[in-house]
Amino acid sequence: MKPAWIIAKRELGSFFDSLVAYIMLVAFLGFSGFFTWLFGGDIFFVKEASLQVFFGVAFWTLFFFIPAITMRQIAEERKTGTIEMLLTKSVNYRQLVLGKWIACFLLVVIALVFTLPYYITVASIGNIDHGATVSGYLGLLLMSAVYVSIGIFASSLTSNQIVAFLLALMIGILFHFIFGILASSTSGWLSEIFNSLSLSNHFESISRGVLDSKDLIYFISISLLGIFMSEYMISKKK
Amino acid sequence: MTMDISISHLSKSYGFQKAVDDISFTVKTGEILGFLGPNGAGKTTTMKMITGYLDLEEGDILINGKSVREHDMKKNIGYLPEHNPLYEEMPVIDYLAFCAQLQDVADNTVPDRIKRMVKLCGLDIEKHKKIGELSKGYRQRVGLAQAMIHDPEILILDEPTTGLDPNQIVEIRDLIRQLGTEKTVILSTHILPEVEATCDRILIINRGKIVADGTADTLRKQAKGQQVLRVRIEAPDYNGVYEALKSLHTVASVDLLDKEAMRYEVESTSGSQSNQSIFNLCVNKGWVLTEMIPFETKLEDIFRDLTTN
Repeated sequence: MKPAWIIAKRELGSFFDSLVAYIMLVAFLGFSGFFTWLFGGDIFFVKEASLQVFFGVAFWTLFFFIPAITMRQIAEERKTGTIEMLLTKSVNYRQLVLGKWIACFLLVVIALVFTLPYYITVASIGNIDHGATVSGYLGLLLMSAVYVSIGIFASSLTSNQIVAFLLALMIGILFHFIFGILASSTSGWLSEIFNSLSLSNHFESISRGVLDSKDLIYFISISLLGIFMSEYMISKKK
Repeated sequence: MTMDISISHLSKSYGFQKAVDDISFTVKTGEILGFLGPNGAGKTTTMKMITGYLDLEEGDILINGKSVREHDMKKNIGYLPEHNPLYEEMPVIDYLAFCAQLQDVADNTVPDRIKRMVKLCGLDIEKHKKIGELSKGYRQRVGLAQAMIHDPEILILDEPTTGLDPNQIVEIRDLIRQLGTEKTVILSTHILPEVEATCDRILIINRGKIVADGTADTLRKQAKGQQVLRVRIEAPDYNGVYEALKSLHTVASVDLLDKEAMRYEVESTSGSQSNQSIFNLCVNKGWVLTEMIPFETKLEDIFRDLTTN
């Protein structure tokens, strides 16, 4: 697994060299901060010492930001041909995909770490439910894991970054709300299936503080599926 | 350490088109093999299969007796891809360190290896620049440096001198020659004098098949057939000279190249030489023979002969 880590380190470095990381961090913190503290149904409007509002906002901002991070991962390597250079070193498909995945996921983790002051602030002005907050963050991390996987899979399908971005959004939309809508407009076993596929459902139950193994399995298996499918696409499309 | 490559009955097709068609050859340690062929002949495909980037379809590639189907030989191979893809935004040194780590060079020897590569490839003044800021020649050197960073036994170089100026080409050729004494080197190129200058052996491939295999000299001997001489004979009447040359029994055909300069191209019948009879003819007739140049078959001609049909 050492090569995966070497690739991840380089990729993370290039995020910070190319401004992608700064833009992403500023935009993410700006959006989520604005809607959490200043506008609409913000924390002061809800009048509750909880970060539920923030989790709801981050749920949407990450949905858009993650494809923007992942879109170049494989697509750009294909376009410039550097993928050939990488794969002729002692690197296999899995290590390549994992390296990319780790880099993107770590960038999201860094963004979330910068929101910890929200937690500290709210905890100092009221009686916050620590358990729910921790599981809310866990929910965001698991959701990010899934979207990073989907994003990298989309990126492995094409050599065009914009196409990769749009594909990731399209696949993401399915999980984000289309499956939920289908679940409520169908009935019986079909509704059950759509319900269990809907990412929003699983996210909601985790962010409310309910840790169910079913949800964990859901997030982990979709992330792994994304990774395996990316591997397959890279091995097939050279 | 020796590491031979032996390729047997290798085939690969893209759709209906056979890119590589039943190729077999062996390259030994200390040998530089020049891979020649027109665009789309299958050179790059073959090289990519040796490096493990493309999967094999039929046949096998043995490196040191081990099949690349089952063994990962990437650590023993240094590869310079055709368009030399590099991470533009990385500084040269960082990029070389990244490649060294990926090739599992021990951490404590990485700085040392980078230093050697920088020196060997003449990257010293540019080593802190970002790759994207380098000229084509320096990019090519970075490509060579990354291919050799882990001191591989085998070097696969796909058109290593494209985009270099004549001085750089000479330097890179010398470098390859020097490396070739202890490593197994396969390089592909379009530039014919290059293979003659650097390679011990030439392999010409066309439409996925090997059409010639040997040193430049043996290829030339094979292709030469008849002796061709360019002569210049000063005489009052060029028609008379033409007719006289044609009537020599060793001469198969005569071509008047230039009336004013009185130059002729004389092709001998196969197996015979016309030098003497032309000289004697001139002596007998009292003509002045001012030039007689044996015309070497150029590698270009052999190449064109073999790759166009």
